[in-house]
Amino acid sequence: MNKFWEFANPVKFMAWSGKVLPALVVLTALTLGVGLFWGFFFTPEAQNFGSTVKIIYVHVPSATMAINIWAMMLVTSLIWLVRRHHVSALAAKAAAPIGLTMTVIALITGMIWGQPMWGTWWAWDPRLTSFLVLFLFYLGYMALWAAVEDPDTAADLTSVLSIVGSVFAVLSRYAVNFWNQGLHQGASLSMDAEEHVADVYWQPLVISLVGFGLLFLTLVLLRTRTEIRLRRLHALETRERMADA
Amino acid sequence: MPELGKYATAIFSAWGLSLGALALLIGISWVQSRRARRALDAAEARQNARKEALNGRTS
Repeated sequence: MNKFWEFANPVKFMAWSGKVLPALVVLTALTLGVGLFWGFFFTPEAQNFGSTVKIIYVHVPSATMAINIWAMMLVTSLIWLVRRHHVSALAAKAAAPIGLTMTVIALITGMIWGQPMWGTWWAWDPRLTSFLVLFLFYLGYMALWAAVEDPDTAADLTSVLSIVGSVFAVLSRYAVNFWNQGLHQGASLSMDAEEHVADVYWQPLVISLVGFGLLFLTLVLLRTRTEIRLRRLHALETRERMADA
Repeated sequence: MPELGKYATAIFSAWGLSLGALALLIGISWVQSRRARRALDAAEARQNARKEALNGRTS
């Protein structure tokens, strides 16, 4: 187990992530390309949704990632709070803009899809509302990092915020089950074969989901490396200023 | 190109906005990464030069 924590050492993290990233970029491009291309060009119209079913390949993966990224931020924040690993706090910080983008995509594609299907762009439906709150939590999380000057204090405060926000991340996922009302339908993907979408849509959807997951992994590694470099740069500049004084 | 019928505008705008947002995120992440790398390289070069100057003075 101690071996595992060695990966969180900034020098080791930079070494292994630098080796993994090129392969990850290729794998992400391939998976995302195949999933989205298949979904857009080779899926038929759905009986109840018509051709709008094609929106599912950007809407469902982005919505899934929006929730999962917050879950990842919760885990890395807890690691920071318990073990004080700087890389874990920086990984949470690096993940937030990706999560925010996924939430925005899920909200906007949902609105665009909702208009022709429900006859309205927006409804104060449990899932839509909890997603809007999740979006606000992402904004608040990023604003808090930007507002607090001391990075360790910022990591502490944002970690607490990520714990609080997790309630809404869970709510976003299970809102449809909690309140059996609202416009949004149930899960598109489920372990229960009778519940999820038909195979013809399900197969490219799973590939798109994997593609979005890999894209997140690629971006979070890239952005965490940037955060580590910026932290080191800040330390060097502080040292320079002290030497000049 | 698949036949999208009356929903073509909705589908194209959903896909266009999504791919645009993802491209923007990737682009920003890439530019920030390059900038940070360059700035750190420059700071490390300054630090090394300073160390060498200090060693030259003391020896």
